[in-house]
Amino acid sequence: MKIVVCIKQVPGTSQVEIDEATGVLKRDGAAAKINPYDLYTLEAAMRLKEAYGGTVTAVTMGPPQAEAMMKEAYMMGVDEAYIFTDRAFAGADVLATAYTLAQGITAACEYDIILCGKQTTDGDTAQVGPAIAEYLGIPCAAWVSEIGEVEAGFITVGQNFVNQKQKTRMELPCLITVEKDIYTPRLPSYRLKAATAGRKVHMISFGDFQDQEVSHYGLKGSATSVERIFPPKSLKGRDFLEGTAEEVAGRLVRLFAERKYI
Amino acid sequence: MGVLNFHRERCTLCGQCVEQCPFGALELKDGRVELNASCKMCRLCVKNCPAEAITYVEEEEKESVDKDKWRGILVFAEQEASGIHPVALELIGKARELAGKINYPLYVILIGSEKATEQAEELLYYGIDRVHVYAHKELAHFRGDVYTAVMEDCIRKVRPSVVLVGATSLGRSLAPACATRFRTGLTADCTMLDIKENTDLVQIRPAFGGNIMAQIVTTHTRPQFATVRYKVMDVAKRQERFGEIIYETVTQEMLKSGMEVIGTETVNQEKGIEEEEILVVGGRGLKKQEDLKLLEELAKALGGQVATTRPLVEKGWNDVTRQIGLSGRTVKPKLIITCGVSGAVQFAAGMDNSQCIVAINTDPEAGIFKVANYGIVGDLYEIVPKLTQAVRERKQ
Repeated sequence: MKIVVCIKQVPGTSQVEIDEATGVLKRDGAAAKINPYDLYTLEAAMRLKEAYGGTVTAVTMGPPQAEAMMKEAYMMGVDEAYIFTDRAFAGADVLATAYTLAQGITAACEYDIILCGKQTTDGDTAQVGPAIAEYLGIPCAAWVSEIGEVEAGFITVGQNFVNQKQKTRMELPCLITVEKDIYTPRLPSYRLKAATAGRKVHMISFGDFQDQEVSHYGLKGSATSVERIFPPKSLKGRDFLEGTAEEVAGRLVRLFAERKYI
Repeated sequence: MGVLNFHRERCTLCGQCVEQCPFGALELKDGRVELNASCKMCRLCVKNCPAEAITYVEEEEKESVDKDKWRGILVFAEQEASGIHPVALELIGKARELAGKINYPLYVILIGSEKATEQAEELLYYGIDRVHVYAHKELAHFRGDVYTAVMEDCIRKVRPSVVLVGATSLGRSLAPACATRFRTGLTADCTMLDIKENTDLVQIRPAFGGNIMAQIVTTHTRPQFATVRYKVMDVAKRQERFGEIIYETVTQEMLKSGMEVIGTETVNQEKGIEEEEILVVGGRGLKKQEDLKLLEELAKALGGQVATTRPLVEKGWNDVTRQIGLSGRTVKPKLIITCGVSGAVQFAAGMDNSQCIVAINTDPEAGIFKVANYGIVGDLYEIVPKLTQAVRERKQ
């Protein structure tokens, strides 16, 4: 079975603050890391491979530095890794990101199952997976919390909706985004580190893609644009509530109601 | 839409842009600054460059759809056998406000089993012009490909300018597939929405883990898709019956699917503390294990859950899955009330992104007051029961 995993390198911290006076973003220098949600995806991919045989290919769209992340993926048992990297991909929103990944996957990989994480910690949209499936014209199950049997060209998956647990049988090829905690992710193995030290991470650029219309990618291929960014209205304004227990309780409840907590 | 230009003659290679780029999209390479695929065109580098060596140039206008051919707002009303998901009424509330601003009609699409027909009747009390119902026994359960085909049918008929979908797990599967089918923009998890005179939807959402807000627009394509989380907008007010129901035909073509639902069960899912919107937290100020009940009552009244600090877990009073802090879970609820928690750094790091932090502690010097929005210097044994009572009264 050919398994493709979409992963992403994200900033090491989401603690970015905006300086209200200058509008400059402040961030500490934590190194980039693999999107934490993708660890569950890689684990799911490895388990599928262990159960049914085949290969796991990791793909990402991003700068060449994502190579460090791919080396780590190799240490977790990934067989091959591709980075779709090109200046033409800069400024991509959900639509253009998904298109780039769909084009890249088509150009570089064969697949029976494509796995994505639930979301990334930097974009936080949880939308790219289903959008890739739509571009590739394959069925998609999102937020899958259980992966069952694969047999005769079908896979069974479990999803949780609001008050309902649903089991769905889906034909291959298909795309699955996995919930966090579906499995406990394995740690990178030092044995594999040594074994894969010389393994190459492939760089794929715009020129390798089937669709050579540059306006379908990056900023030009994006439907949304960011008009402005601004700091959130700060709720921090420390306030000590004084008075009797009843008075304090009364003030808190009014506050909770105003903010729709109750 | 535009491009960034880097003027080498002015660039001093000071590296500030590289340093300050929130996306790590700029690199110093071979004696020049280069842009990589991570760029989101936020243009902070243009603003920050001390030598004004980076400029943003508008490109020739992108080809735009004729916006007049897309009119109105369409709300996707998610339903299950138990009824319509309340996020739908919140979306309708917001959509009505937006529609009023530019004199747009308001439509709702309801997809479900035969029961959807009854549910549609109820929706007419919320000021909707037209409810489009797709009722069929094979639509009882969600299948992405089928629901997308049904949405496509409705959107082609209605031609709405805006489509709003609840950011539930179902909505977040459906919306990206639909937006991609129409090759148009989707903004996820909007916390604020507005609409411009020119019918562009102003979509505001948190970025970077909520520390920065981004205002996003879909300027050249239609419809404009947005998802909104549950409990963000105000619920629509019930009013007099109004509008009409259109019973749409569900074709075999729409039902063609690569998916088959082979089982469903109704569950009351127990949410982890990470997903909870309201948390009541106990710390060492609690004298004995039984006293956790006080907090449980408050949590129950508020519709939330109880979590604790690490010392209580070590005493065996609570499970580690319900512990907040670096060695436990990181939480970001809308409201967190800490009771008798001193606020060690390791604890605060696991909760200081919460929207509203209320701290109750007898020690006015406790570290927790440094991260709290509302501090109460007092005894939790006095305050918590009164608060529970006040919440219950308010809810009645």
